[in-house]
Amino acid sequence: MCSEMISEFEVSHGRPKAFYDRYERKEELKHLTHYCPGCGHGNVHKMLAKAIDDLGIQDRTVLISPVGCSVFGYYYFDVGNVQAAHGRAPAVATAVKRSRPESVVISYQGDGDLTAIGAAEILHAANRGESVTVIFVNNAVYSMTGGQFAPTTLIGQKSTTTPEGRSAANEGYPLHVCELLATLEAPVYLERVGLGDNRQIMQANRAIRKAVENQVKGLGFSLIEVLSPCPTIWKMSAVEAQHWVRDVMEKTYPLGVFKDRTKEVEPRAAAKPAPALEDLPRILGVADEDQPEGNPHPSGRREGVDLHVRVAGFGGQGVLLLGEVLAEAGLDAGLEVSWLPSYGPEMRSGTSNCHVRVSSDPIDSPLVALPDVLVAMNEPSLRKFDASVKPGGWVIYNGETFPEDCIREDVHVLALPFTHLADELGDARAANMVMLGALLEMSGALPQESIGAALRRLVKHAKWVELDERALTKGRELFREASPAAEEEVCHAG
Amino acid sequence: MHKQLMKGNEAIVRAAILAGCRGFYGYPITPASEITEAAAVYMPKTGGVFLQAESEVAAINMLYGASSAGVRVMTASSGPGISLMQEGISYMAGAELPCVIADITRGGPGLGNLGAEQSDYHQVVKGGGNGNYRTIVLAPHSAQEMADLTALAFELADRYRTPVVVLADGFVGQMMEPVEFPQTAVAPKLPAWAVAGTAESRGNLITSLHMDINDLEAHLRKLEAKYKVAEANETRAEEWFAEDAEIVLVGYGIVGRILKAVTAEARAEGINVGLLRPITLYPFPNANFERLAKRAKVFVVVEMSNGQLIEDVRLSLNGARPVEFLNRMGGNVPSHEEVLGFVRALAGQYGAALAAEEEQMAHV
Repeated sequence: MCSEMISEFEVSHGRPKAFYDRYERKEELKHLTHYCPGCGHGNVHKMLAKAIDDLGIQDRTVLISPVGCSVFGYYYFDVGNVQAAHGRAPAVATAVKRSRPESVVISYQGDGDLTAIGAAEILHAANRGESVTVIFVNNAVYSMTGGQFAPTTLIGQKSTTTPEGRSAANEGYPLHVCELLATLEAPVYLERVGLGDNRQIMQANRAIRKAVENQVKGLGFSLIEVLSPCPTIWKMSAVEAQHWVRDVMEKTYPLGVFKDRTKEVEPRAAAKPAPALEDLPRILGVADEDQPEGNPHPSGRREGVDLHVRVAGFGGQGVLLLGEVLAEAGLDAGLEVSWLPSYGPEMRSGTSNCHVRVSSDPIDSPLVALPDVLVAMNEPSLRKFDASVKPGGWVIYNGETFPEDCIREDVHVLALPFTHLADELGDARAANMVMLGALLEMSGALPQESIGAALRRLVKHAKWVELDERALTKGRELFREASPAAEEEVCHAG
Repeated sequence: MHKQLMKGNEAIVRAAILAGCRGFYGYPITPASEITEAAAVYMPKTGGVFLQAESEVAAINMLYGASSAGVRVMTASSGPGISLMQEGISYMAGAELPCVIADITRGGPGLGNLGAEQSDYHQVVKGGGNGNYRTIVLAPHSAQEMADLTALAFELADRYRTPVVVLADGFVGQMMEPVEFPQTAVAPKLPAWAVAGTAESRGNLITSLHMDINDLEAHLRKLEAKYKVAEANETRAEEWFAEDAEIVLVGYGIVGRILKAVTAEARAEGINVGLLRPITLYPFPNANFERLAKRAKVFVVVEMSNGQLIEDVRLSLNGARPVEFLNRMGGNVPSHEEVLGFVRALAGQYGAALAAEEEQMAHV
C-alpha cells in the first residue's frame, strides 16, 4: 500500500510556474519565503502552485489572502491577488467569482481567520455552494499574532491566552470545520488532510489538486482542511512538530473525506448573456417611450394650484394608495407633486398616514404639517391631525357623526359613513376612493382624465378599477350634495 | 423628458444600473430595504449580480471582492448596518477600491428607531473605520437627486478610486416624487488595476497592507493628495436666495427642503434670509461659506442630529460669524413653523430686514 502510493507520487523539483521567480517580501532573502523553518505553509503553497500549473489556470487564478501568516501569499503566487480583511476571504471570494465566473478563485485561510472571526463567512459561502476553492490551514493556534488560543486549539493545549491549557469548561471544544460543513447540502467536496508524514503529504497534494480541479470543472464549493505544523509557536523542532500533527492533532481531527458529491453534481450552467445596453432603460421601466405623456387636460388647472393634503387611517384602509392616486393624477395633469408616507412598523401596527402635495410651482417641502385638506379615515386619525388643518381648510371624515370636541369654527367638514357607502357600492375597501372623489370635487384642481389614468396605472385588476371609478364618482356626488358652494371654497383652500 | 412618480429608494437602483453598476450585495434594513428589493428585481435582468449577504459585514466585503474584480458595485443600508460596514469601508479606502454605499439613515444610537434622522453624519462623513481615509459623501434632498447623485457617485468612485456614500434620511428614501432618467446607459468598463482572472490582469494586486512604515506613509500621502484634488474639484452646494442673505440657513437632505419653504415664507415677511445646502458633505463646501460670510450676519444650522453638521459649519466659518443651532431628533422633523419662529426671533436679534423695496416686491 505504502509503496504503491510512493510510486504514484511525483517528486516535483524546482519552482512551479505559478510562483514568482523572486520573492519581493524581504530585501535580502529573495529566494526564501517569510515562513519559519518547518512551517506547513511552504508545503501547502507548493501543492497549490503545482495544481495551478498542472491545470493550466495561472492566468485565470485569483488568490484571496487572509489575515494571518499567509497574508503575504501575493508575494509568492504569480496570479491575480486580492488581500482580504480578517475572516472575510469567503465573502470576497464569493463576489470575485460571481463577478468573473471564468476565474478560478482560491480562498487561502488559517484557522483563526476561518473558524473564529470568519465563521459566518465560511459557513454561508459553503451553504450557498459558492463555486470557489478554500484551502484551510489548521495549526490549532493564532500563529502570526504570537500564539493565542483559537477555536481549533486542542483540549489542554497551552497558548498565550490559555496559559493553563484549553479547558472545555472555559473555551468549549475544538471546532471541527469539515464535520460542521458536511451537514450542509451545498458543498461538493470536503476533505481533511495532514502534513504529519510523507504519506499524509501525498494525500494532501492529491486533495488540493482535486479541490482546484472541481472548480475548473464548475462543480461547486470545495474545502480542504490541512493539519499543519507550527514549530515556532508550538515550541518544537520541525521534526517534532510534524510528528505532533500525526500523533496528537490527528486524534482530535481525524483525516478523511467528509463529503464528495463530485460524481453526482452537474457543472453549473453559464450565466445568461447580458442584455444590450440600449435595452436597459426599457428593462428598468424608465424608457421615455413607455412613460405616459404629461397630460395638460383642458379641464384641469395648471395655475394657482397648491394643495397640501394629509391622509390618515388604519393600515389596510388604502391610505397610502389614496395619496398615491392623488399624486399620480397630479403628475399626469402636468403639475408638481410629492408623496411622503409614514413607514416602518407603523405600516404593520395599525395606523398609517401620508403627506401629499400637488402644486403649480416646484415643491419646496414635501412635508405637510398644516394641511389644507385632512382625509381622516378613522377617529384616532382625526384626533391626531384635526388641530393641524389650516383655517379655511377641509376635513373629510369617515364617520356619520363628527366628534363634538373636534369641531372647529374655522374649518369645513364633510363627515359621512364612507365605509358603509362604499360597501353599498360593492366593497367597503373602496371607501378610500369615495373619500378621494369628495376631495377631488372639493379641490377641482385635477381633471377626471388624469384621475382615470392614475387609477389604471396604480390599480392592476380591471375589476377594482371599475369599482374605484364608481367610488370616485360617488364621492364627487356626495360632496356636491353636502356642499353646493364647494366651487367657491376651492379658492380659499388653494 | 418624461417623469414618473417613484420613491427615492427605487430611483437609486435604476440610476445605478444605468450608470454601469452590475453588482449589488446587501442586507435588508428599514428604511433602506426598497433599494435591496429593487436590486433583487433588476440586477439579474440587466446582467448584474444580486446577492443578499449573511450580514452587512459580509456584504461590504463582497463589495470589496466585486470591486477588486473591476465591477461597479453598490450596497444600501442604514445606521446600524453602516456601523458594521465600517471595517470594509476602511479596507476599500485603503485598497483604493471604488464602490457606492447608500445610507438611508434611521434613528440611533443602537437600535434607535425607524424614524428619519441625520445622525449618521459623523460615522459617514468623518469615517467610522480605522485609519487615515476619507469617503466622498453626497446628500440628495429629492427623489430626482437620489437618481442623479447615485450616477455621480459611481463616476466619482471610479475617478478617485474610493468608496462614495449617498447619505439620505428615511424621508428622502421613502418619498415619491417625479423622476426622470437618462435614456442611455453607461457601458461597464474593466479598470486596468482590477484583478479579473485574466492574463492581462494577472500581475495586479489589491491590498491595504503596507508593512514598511515608509511605504505606508507614502501610500497615505498619495491618498491625502487625492482627497485634496477632490476638495478642489468636487465640492457641490445649492444656494437658494443666499447671495444677499443676512441670515443663512444651513441644512442638507430633507431639512434642505424644509428650509426652502422657510426661506420663501420668511422673505415674504421681509426677513432677509437664504439657504446654503451642502450637497457634498465631504468635501465640505467651504468656499460657499467663506463667500456668504462676507454679507451674512449669522448662520443657522438645522439638523436632525445632535450637532454633527454644525461642527463642519463652525470649522468652515472659523469664528467669522456666529452660528445658531436648531435640531430635532428621534424621528422628529423640525417643522417649517418651528424653524420660521426661530428665524423671526433671530431677525429681531440681528436686524435682518430686507431692503424696503425688496420687501414690497416680496409682498406683491
